[in-house]
Amino acid sequence: MMRKWKDDVLLCLIYLAAFFTEFLLIGILGYVFVKGFPQVSLSFLTNVTSVLQGTAGIAGNFVNTLYMVVMTLAVAVPFGIGAAIYLNEYARPGRVVRLIEFTTETLAGIPSILFGLFGMVFFGTTLGLGYSILTGALTLALMVLPLITKNTQEALKAVPEAYRSGAFGMGAGKWYMIRTILLPAAMPGIVTGILLSVGRILGESAALLFTAGSGYFLPRSFGGWFRKLSESGGTLTVQLYLSMSKAQYSVAFGIAAVLLCMVLGINFLVRMLAKKWDAV
Amino acid sequence: MAGDKGQRRMTQCKMMTEKLNVYYGKRHALKDVDIRIRSHAVTALIGPSGCGKSTFLKTLNRMNDLVGNVRIEGQVYLDGEDIYSTRMDVTRLRKRVGMVFQQPNPFPMTIYDNIAYGPRIHGIKGKEQLDGIVERSLRQAAIWEEVREGLYKSALGLSGGQKQRLCIARALAVEPEVLLMDEPTSALDPVSTLKVEELMTAFKQKYTIVIVTHNMQQAARISDDTVFFLEGELVESDTTARLFSHPADRRTRAYINGRFG
Repeated sequence: MMRKWKDDVLLCLIYLAAFFTEFLLIGILGYVFVKGFPQVSLSFLTNVTSVLQGTAGIAGNFVNTLYMVVMTLAVAVPFGIGAAIYLNEYARPGRVVRLIEFTTETLAGIPSILFGLFGMVFFGTTLGLGYSILTGALTLALMVLPLITKNTQEALKAVPEAYRSGAFGMGAGKWYMIRTILLPAAMPGIVTGILLSVGRILGESAALLFTAGSGYFLPRSFGGWFRKLSESGGTLTVQLYLSMSKAQYSVAFGIAAVLLCMVLGINFLVRMLAKKWDAV
Repeated sequence: MAGDKGQRRMTQCKMMTEKLNVYYGKRHALKDVDIRIRSHAVTALIGPSGCGKSTFLKTLNRMNDLVGNVRIEGQVYLDGEDIYSTRMDVTRLRKRVGMVFQQPNPFPMTIYDNIAYGPRIHGIKGKEQLDGIVERSLRQAAIWEEVREGLYKSALGLSGGQKQRLCIARALAVEPEVLLMDEPTSALDPVSTLKVEELMTAFKQKYTIVIVTHNMQQAARISDDTVFFLEGELVESDTTARLFSHPADRRTRAYINGRFG
């Protein structure tokens, strides 16, 4: 009798915890959307903030965000996948591999503002890239590198040894085997790592504030789209931070709503891909 | 060692080892093994678990190279050529000496791409040529009728027995001279086992086959020669008929009568 009573209380507490977690998420989403969506309009999405024209918009920040995502991944994906392949397929298990793995894990736990500090001093000043999207992207690349490496490595580890010996038994060379068997089989894990990285890039502000800066203009000419890399550019999240610090709460909530939509979209994408790959 | 039965075995020798020693770290896995493997015959390697028969099989196409911490001494000859010499191209060696594994291991791709995998490694790209190879290999492995409608479906959807025959077809696609089979039926049901056994006896016309097996009846049924290993040593090697009816070594007699192992 006593036991049954205890079970019921525990069950209640667990339900409560689950409900609380769910409620928290729905509460935050609901609050941001309710406060933010009235602000989101076509002109908000397609205009640049200008005092002269009296417009408030986030088109520039949106473009900056796309640049940031693409540039960061362009650097981090090849390095991350390459490092994972080296660690899992080439390096002999031992002290060096353990050291690199330890370093990767530590790197993943460093507060992002430290990456910002390093990026500003090293890429910005020492390499002379200044406040620019490039500086920001290189900084973020360092930050998401562990995420991509780790996920790729886990995915490679999960590929059965029998595939490798099967391919070698047919006379495949190592790189040929990696290209034709390992990478395709590990693709779901690799893509998951990349999408998680996109999430981190979208959400980052501290590491970008002092590296990519806060520019919010759109390029005026065709060449401007290329020059943009070396110009200051704030992502949506940076702009959100700046708007808040200027007490422009309606703009801030508008941006927050847009950001949340993007993050939700990515999470959906991850789930869809995971489901699709599981079915194969 | 009994039964160096004369000229016939010498003349048609496809593979041969001399003073073959294999070490995994400190463990001496194969000790001074001398074997002749007859061309166009099925050679069965028998012995209790851990006796070195799988290790021996893997030295024949240098799959042991992939294991860290392994040391190989002595010679292994394929048509008189030392396969461990520095001049030997491992890719070409493995084309000539193919392998089928214990657990069926089709790649996670279509049936067609599984079969075409080997030929593509060796530079065959033409669609028509590959189509021909795929059909021929699948027919040889007696699985063509079962999969011809679904060549572009994932190979992972096949049954266990079908997967193993697919792997055999995959190995045949590069037209090897020798086929190594590491307990190819131990993961299969009885009917699939019989199918694979039937294939092996048919393959003798074209290939030389070396098979590791735990199953004494299987060795007796399908092989021409049998080699008995114990604790890394070759105890006895002879024609299957003679080894099973008149084993020369009492350890062989004890093993085939099921007294240990």
